[in-house]
Amino acid sequence: MSTSLAIEAQGLVKVFGSTRAVDGVNLAVESGSVYGFLGPNGAGKTTTIRVLATLLQPDGGRASVFGHDVVTEADAVRSRIALTGQFASIDEDLTGVENLIMLGRLLGFSRAQARNRAGDLLGAFGLAAAAGKQVKAYSGGMRRRIDIAASIVVAPDLMFLDEPTTGLDPRSRNQVWDIIRALVAEGTSVLLTTQYLDEADQLAGRIAVIDKGRVIAEGTPGELKASVGSGALHVRLVDAGRRQDAVELLSRLLDEPVQAAADGLSLTARVQEPDRVAAALAQLGEVGIGVREFSLGQPSLDEVFLALTGHPADEDEFDGSTGADRTANERDAA
Amino acid sequence: MSEQATAVAETGTELDDAGLRRALTVRQRPPRPSAVSASLTFGWRALIKIKHVPEQLFDVTAFPVMMTLIFTYLLGGALAGSPAEYLTFVLPGILVQSVVMISMYTGLNLKTDIDKGIFDRIRTLPIWRPAALVGGLLADGVRYTLASVVTLTVGVILGFRPGGGFVGLVAGVALLLLFAFSLSWVWTYIALIVRSQQSVMAVSMAILFPLTFVSNIFVNPATMPGWLQAIVEVNPITLLVTGVRGLMHGEVTAAQLGWVFLSCAVLVAVFGPLTMRRYRVKN
Repeated sequence: MSTSLAIEAQGLVKVFGSTRAVDGVNLAVESGSVYGFLGPNGAGKTTTIRVLATLLQPDGGRASVFGHDVVTEADAVRSRIALTGQFASIDEDLTGVENLIMLGRLLGFSRAQARNRAGDLLGAFGLAAAAGKQVKAYSGGMRRRIDIAASIVVAPDLMFLDEPTTGLDPRSRNQVWDIIRALVAEGTSVLLTTQYLDEADQLAGRIAVIDKGRVIAEGTPGELKASVGSGALHVRLVDAGRRQDAVELLSRLLDEPVQAAADGLSLTARVQEPDRVAAALAQLGEVGIGVREFSLGQPSLDEVFLALTGHPADEDEFDGSTGADRTANERDAA
Repeated sequence: MSEQATAVAETGTELDDAGLRRALTVRQRPPRPSAVSASLTFGWRALIKIKHVPEQLFDVTAFPVMMTLIFTYLLGGALAGSPAEYLTFVLPGILVQSVVMISMYTGLNLKTDIDKGIFDRIRTLPIWRPAALVGGLLADGVRYTLASVVTLTVGVILGFRPGGGFVGLVAGVALLLLFAFSLSWVWTYIALIVRSQQSVMAVSMAILFPLTFVSNIFVNPATMPGWLQAIVEVNPITLLVTGVRGLMHGEVTAAQLGWVFLSCAVLVAVFGPLTMRRYRVKN
C-alpha cells in the first residue's frame, strides 16, 4: 500500500541554531484526503511543510512525496506539488491576471493557453471583476483566493496549505473551505496546517497534533476529541452570591472539577458526557440558582493541548513556566 | 511604493462552483519551459512591474542627470580648468557610476521577493533554477540602457563630443552593461545572506562607495599618492572606466578591454555559483 501514500516521513529533523524546529516527525499521509496539521504558533508546522515542499533541506531523517525523495528527487516532487504559504506568495505589484499568466508560462503553457487558463481561474474564484487590478488592492479574502488559484494553474497532486484561513472573515473562510473540498473531490491530496481544531474537524480525515517539533497525537478527528472529552460547559450566573453553591452542584452532577472565572459570575467545567449537561442545568434552576447564559463548546486547541501535553498551547512555547503562572494568577484573582 | 491603489470593492466575488470543478480538471502539466522561456517570463514580469510602479524609473533618470550636472559644474572648473574640458573626461565615469549604483537594486528586488513569499512559490516550480535571477537581469538591462541614454543625451547637450563617435558610445554602453550584469551576482548573493532589505542597501553601499570613489572616475590617479594609485589601478571599476572611456574616445587598447572581460569573468565565476548555492538551500 506504500504507493498510495502522498507523504511519508521518518524521523524528520530540522535545526535552526539551537532550536530543533522539527524534532523527529514521522508521517504517513494517504493520498486523496485532507490531512490536518494542528498546533500552535512555533510548533514546527510550517518548517515541516517547507521541508516536504523542497524549500528546506532536512538535517536528519528522510521524507518522500509520492515515493520521490524530497532531497534527491526534488524536481520530481516539485512537478507534483503546490504550496500556498501563510502570506500571499504572489506579486502584489502585478494584477491578478498577470500573476496567473506568469505562473502559467513558468509551468510551460503557451502565451494563449496561459491567458485562457488565467481567465478561467479568475472566473471560478469570483475574481473576474478584479482581474485587472493590482493584487495590493485586494481584500484579505481575495488575496487568499488568488493565492490558491496561483497554486492550481495546473491542479497539483498534493497541495500544501499553510494556515489558509488565519485572519479571514467567516465568509472568506467558508469560501476557502469550499475550495479545499472541491480540490479533494477532484483528486488533489491536501496537507492543511491550522491552529483551529474546528477547521481540522471540518475538513481533515486525519489529524496530527504537533508540539515542539514532534507529533504528539495522530488520528481521526473523532479519536482526538474522544481523548480530550467533548468540550467545555460555560455558565454565567445571575447572582455572584450563589456561585459557590453552583460550583458544588455542577461538580457533583458532571463529575468534573469546575473552575470559577475572575468575573465572579462565570464557571467552566470540562464535559465528558454531554447528556449530563441538560440535567445539571435543570437542577440549577430547580434549586433557584439563576443562569444568565450558558454554552457547550467544542474543545478548543488549548483544551486539546492541555489534555495531550499537560501544558496550554502557548505561543511562548519555550517558557515552561508560562502556563503555571497563568493558572496561579487566575486563582489569585478568583 | 505607490499608495494610490484603492481597495477593490467586494462585488461579484462568489465562487463559481461548476467553474471551480472544471478548473480543477486541468491536471496535466505541459512540458516544462526551456531555460530561455522561463528567464524571459521573469524578465516580462520585471518590465510589467516598471509599468505598474513607474516611480522606480526615477533612479535611472533623475540620478544620472543630477550627477552629470553637479560634477561638471561643481568640480569642472577646479579640476580641469573648465566645465567643458572636465565633461569630456568625466562623463564616461559618471555613466559607469550611475549604472553601477543602479545595479544594486537587483539585490534589493530579490530580497523583496524573498520577504514577500513569492520566492517560495518560484522555488517550488520545476524550472531552470537561475531563471528568476537571469530574468531579473534582463529587465535590469532595460533600466541600465535607459540610464545610459539619459546620461549621454545630457552629456551631448552640454557639449560632450567623444572621438569614438556614435559607434564608440554604443560600444562603451555595451561594455558597461556586460560589467553591470556580472556585478549583479554580487548583489544577489548579498540579498540571499543578509536579514533585511535595509541590510541589503547598507552592505551594497558600503561596497559601492569606496569602489566608485577610489577609482579614476573623477580624477586622474596620477595626482594621488603612490599607495592609493596602487589600489586604484587594480580596482575593477577603474579598469571598466578605462575601457568605457577608451571606447567612447576611440583610443581603447585590447589589453584594456581584456582586463574588463577578466573582471567580469571573475565576478560571475565566483558569485554566480555562490548565489545559486544559497538560492537552492535558502532557509
